[in-house]
Amino acid sequence: MRHLSAGRLIAILVILLPVVALLSMTVGTVSISWMDTLHAVFGNSSNTQIETILFEIRLPRILLAIFVGSVLATTGAVMQGLFRNPLADPSLIGVSSGASVGASLMIVTAGGFIQGGALVGLSLVSVGAFIGGFTATLLVYRLATSGVGTSVTTMLLAGIAIGALAGALNSLLSYFSDNDMLRQISLWQMGNLSGASWLKVTIMGLVAMLLMGLFPRDSKALNALLLGESEARHLGVNVQRVKRRLIVLTALGVGVSVAVAGLVGFVGLIMPHIIRLMIGPDHRWLIPASGLAGAILLVAADSLARVVVIPAELPTGILTAILGAPFFVALLLQQRKDV
Amino acid sequence: MTMLVSDISLHLSGFDLLRHISLEVEAGKVTAIVGPNGAGKSSLLKVLTGDMSPTKGDVYLNNRVLNQWPLLEKAQMLAVLPQHTLLNFPFTADEVVGLGRIPHQTGIAKDTQIITEALELVDASYLQRRFYTQMSGGEKQRVQLARVLAQIWQPSRFGEQFLVLDEPTSAFDLSHQKLTLDIVRQLAQKGVGVVMVLHDLNLAARCADNLVVIDSGVIAAQGSPEDVLTESLIDRVFGVKSIIAEHPITKRPLVIT
Repeated sequence: MRHLSAGRLIAILVILLPVVALLSMTVGTVSISWMDTLHAVFGNSSNTQIETILFEIRLPRILLAIFVGSVLATTGAVMQGLFRNPLADPSLIGVSSGASVGASLMIVTAGGFIQGGALVGLSLVSVGAFIGGFTATLLVYRLATSGVGTSVTTMLLAGIAIGALAGALNSLLSYFSDNDMLRQISLWQMGNLSGASWLKVTIMGLVAMLLMGLFPRDSKALNALLLGESEARHLGVNVQRVKRRLIVLTALGVGVSVAVAGLVGFVGLIMPHIIRLMIGPDHRWLIPASGLAGAILLVAADSLARVVVIPAELPTGILTAILGAPFFVALLLQQRKDV
Repeated sequence: MTMLVSDISLHLSGFDLLRHISLEVEAGKVTAIVGPNGAGKSSLLKVLTGDMSPTKGDVYLNNRVLNQWPLLEKAQMLAVLPQHTLLNFPFTADEVVGLGRIPHQTGIAKDTQIITEALELVDASYLQRRFYTQMSGGEKQRVQLARVLAQIWQPSRFGEQFLVLDEPTSAFDLSHQKLTLDIVRQLAQKGVGVVMVLHDLNLAARCADNLVVIDSGVIAAQGSPEDVLTESLIDRVFGVKSIIAEHPITKRPLVIT
């Protein structure tokens, strides 16, 4: 039996998200009290320094965490449904490994002028990551698509092949880089939200809205797809169209996420899994609940990243796993007890 | 109104899987397809349900080429139960049966009622809230049967309805085999055309109006079980010596090997 109804879980998460976000506003190198934060948020604060910290540094970062977290978790849920594999995640279609190569390539070749080099306000690394991720996904999709449709199994294999190739390219680039570049590459691969800006928030926000608007349309189709492609077709689902739409949206969502925040692991793989253990695999609830939970996890992880080694910061990606893994293990243990 | 297979052939990777097969599945009748392993039964079902396009010939559903029907309209007329369904996600039984309502817009209340009734019909009410992933093979198959029944629970406004079953009884014990055949007969009485692949000739003889014997990709014989099941045919197709008797109660042919 499930312990929690989907509606109740979503209600809890909807309440929890703003609480965690507000809490996150108060923590960082400079600690700001609840009262000051609330005053500033509701527009009657007189302290401009506090306002600057809250609205120019912390708020964009928190919003970015919310959007990236929700996009990673929902695309994870969608990929697990599409591949009929609860252990799938967006990296399976090559988007992460491709993005990694794009970013490394920019770090190594653009080298010295990386700080200054920018395209409409986005760093070259971001642009490289997005192009790399999107290209790799298109390549994987193309390889798996023939006259009769897209084979999910071939996609899985093509994703592994492209991933291996990208891994090799990455190692090659690392081999030829100096110490400073090497450090940049590995920091980028840990995932970090410290580079948040309002521009990044806007782009990521638009992408997140697009995904949240379009994914629900295919929830029932994803449910049917869990039975198998032929079964889904017999239930009236246009399998090929649904597949193409979901893969393009996922490539876009994860590509932009990786571009603005680097490789933040764990959220896309484990968050949908945790939610599924709690409320079951129905995508009508799984997708929104995963999105909310992913946002909460990333905001919490990023808050911790800001405070554990004050005055320095840890990369966010390290904290998502440290926070999420024990919770997941606890849930698995509880399930074992139930059976 | 019928499902019509008109002179189809299927070539795949250099092999002739089906050759010149013509078949008519009437609404309100039960058609059973039998034949040795590898004879092409599954290929025929795949072509019949649109999973594979025939190399030559056409399949018609209610006088219209099968793949020209809009997907949702087709799904309201034709339900298909595969031999195995691999479902690794922990849906409960009523959620699985609920998937059969995806092509319909009848509302939650009506769907819930249909789901309950379908589970009851296949003797699986007790499974309603249990996880599919934790069921036995026979329980899973009954839940899947309930799912396809829920899909064609009410008549469709687009045309006659058809149910295609691939070895529906293979995972069942005696009582559930009988239950399945009773359900199939009931559906036929309600006007649904049923096609099933069966391995057990006696089960096929007991419930089929039309028996189709496939061998090496061609139709070896078709007609009423009484006409089709002869000692020479069984020897020719299956290579097994047998005696054809009459069932003392149903008066249907009984194959004794």
